[in-house]
Amino acid sequence: MLAYHFTEMPYPFVPPEVEKELKSARIIVPNSYCDPKIVADLYNRYLDEYEYADELGLEIMLNEHHQTMTCLDAVVPISAGALARRTKRARIVILGSPLPHRDNPVRVAEEIAMLDCISRGRITSGFVRGVPTEVHPANSNPAQNRARFEEAHDLILKAWTTPEPFNWEGKFWHYRYVNVWPRCYQQPHPPVWITGSSVENVPWVADHQYTFACFLTPYDWTEKLVNTYKERCREKGFPEPGPDRFAYLALTFVGDTEEQAIEDGKELLWYLYRERHPQFNAPPGYASPQAMAKMMLGAGKSYRDSFEQLQEKGIVVAGTPDTVIKKLTYLHERCNIGHMLMMNQAGFLSAEKTRRSMELFAKEVYPAIRHLGEQPAAAREAAAVS
Amino acid sequence: MVATPTRQEERRAVGPISLQVFSGGQGERLVILHDYEYLNKWEPYEETLAQQYAVLAPSHPGYGSSDLPRDFDTIDDFAYFYLDLLRDLGPEPVNLVGLGVGGWIAAEVAVRCTHQIKRLVLVDAVGIKVGDRTTRDIADTFVIGAKEFLDLAWHDPEAGARQMQLAGLGNYTEEELVTILRGRQTTALFAWKPFLHNPKLRAWLRRIDVPALVLWGESDKIVTPDYGRAFADAIPGARFQLIPAAGHYPYLEQPEAFTAAVTAFLHEGETASAPRANER
Repeated sequence: MLAYHFTEMPYPFVPPEVEKELKSARIIVPNSYCDPKIVADLYNRYLDEYEYADELGLEIMLNEHHQTMTCLDAVVPISAGALARRTKRARIVILGSPLPHRDNPVRVAEEIAMLDCISRGRITSGFVRGVPTEVHPANSNPAQNRARFEEAHDLILKAWTTPEPFNWEGKFWHYRYVNVWPRCYQQPHPPVWITGSSVENVPWVADHQYTFACFLTPYDWTEKLVNTYKERCREKGFPEPGPDRFAYLALTFVGDTEEQAIEDGKELLWYLYRERHPQFNAPPGYASPQAMAKMMLGAGKSYRDSFEQLQEKGIVVAGTPDTVIKKLTYLHERCNIGHMLMMNQAGFLSAEKTRRSMELFAKEVYPAIRHLGEQPAAAREAAAVS
Repeated sequence: MVATPTRQEERRAVGPISLQVFSGGQGERLVILHDYEYLNKWEPYEETLAQQYAVLAPSHPGYGSSDLPRDFDTIDDFAYFYLDLLRDLGPEPVNLVGLGVGGWIAAEVAVRCTHQIKRLVLVDAVGIKVGDRTTRDIADTFVIGAKEFLDLAWHDPEAGARQMQLAGLGNYTEEELVTILRGRQTTALFAWKPFLHNPKLRAWLRRIDVPALVLWGESDKIVTPDYGRAFADAIPGARFQLIPAAGHYPYLEQPEAFTAAVTAFLHEGETASAPRANER
């Protein structure tokens, strides 16, 4: 099991009453509440923590969101570029480039290829549809979100794997000369990861044999998504997917004592407890009318669960090293997860506490879970034959 | 004239597309193109109009139970589709009434060809750009809740809450909600960007050469009466008329005043002295 450090780079200093009044932490919170001097300190602090992850032997995950206090990483190729130079060994997972919202997919292909060369092949290229609220800052048509995602994906993959100029006249994008310089360092292209939280999104990911990443889903739902992927592989006659095909993101905190882990771990809930404007959250056509209707009539995500409920569901993983070892072993055994994405920092959690948690993880947890999912070559071959 | 029109729901094929159509009454054809954000069904104002006209009220492709072809995603698709429908209804030109988004579609049909249109009525229509680039001419109805929507769309929001089935109001079955959300999805498909308008339409409205009435709810805050005046000003000879104590849906909020205004305008056509060349 590989472990990845992650923070959304929050800006937690907007007065709570402003957010409450607007019923939103995103899109409509005036940027007059954003102090660029504080932002400068935050960027440098968060990037320092990523560099520390590299020193500790952890991998790195980055993402981007727009017009939001929850995530200052608005342009992920910039943070990835900074880290590609300043880190030495960590894999840098970009999870991901929001394809439906990017007006020029060839530019995305160039960004990833350039990062891959600068980092000498340490990039993993995640592609995402973007959470529903993200259609508003990009003003990207939610009813065409999936179609745009798929065309952009096809174009980028073709750009990475075609050794000469080609023509592209699709539904959304048109080029007479696609001929990306540089080529990717990893040939034919960096590993591709895709996120998803609904069963209907899984078959496409399995069909492309990409790594599937679940964010903040409860154990039973994660298990269902993973099993859907495996079932699809059986249907298609693909080999049984191993743990390296599945990633999971949780809020994580490792403490010296159980009590301290819970007390400090609760700081991470700042991320979950932000105001989510229901209308911004459900743009028409982003999901099928049937799925939208079900959402409106009841079942939603567990953003308002208590810390204890979130621990039970596996969305929060907090405790002493021993506790965290047990929880991650359980996650691996139940859901076949091979990539543990750890939101180690959120809200007001200080640099000092974040670093202590990362250090405890690296020194006391990681050695005990690192081997999970690793198969000796002989065993892997035997499994493939049977 | 038939005194008791029968409202029928039927399927009608237009090219390869199967359409849900409500119809009733006899007389001259009157085709109604509906708005968005609610379920298209036979309303009292349609019953009144059906006492004098052969009313045909289709659900647009992608709304109600009408098919949505895979490649439909621009206003042009809807305009050409309705040109086909009007051709199928020929040879007599029809009275065309467009409500809200349906008004946009009707205007797009009319700028392409008026051969099948006798008279045109646009009601609280969207479709044109009026203000400067930082002015939002049309309320962002995709991101407001049902209550805020009713405040903008109705003179009397409480009456609106009783009369409209809206996503978020809860006064529907799951099946009806799915249909409402399907209509929103279709609207987003062709009207997300540019938002509920075609930047080219305002200039082309000058091509409309049939009598046109632009009717507007005086209290409409989805698209204001000033926007309506700009719409009317761009159509040669068009008349602008306000309906008091009504918002974005004057045909639902003030059905009597609405039908009176529409029939008075259409009656002028029946006594017109100079029939156009294509009227037989």
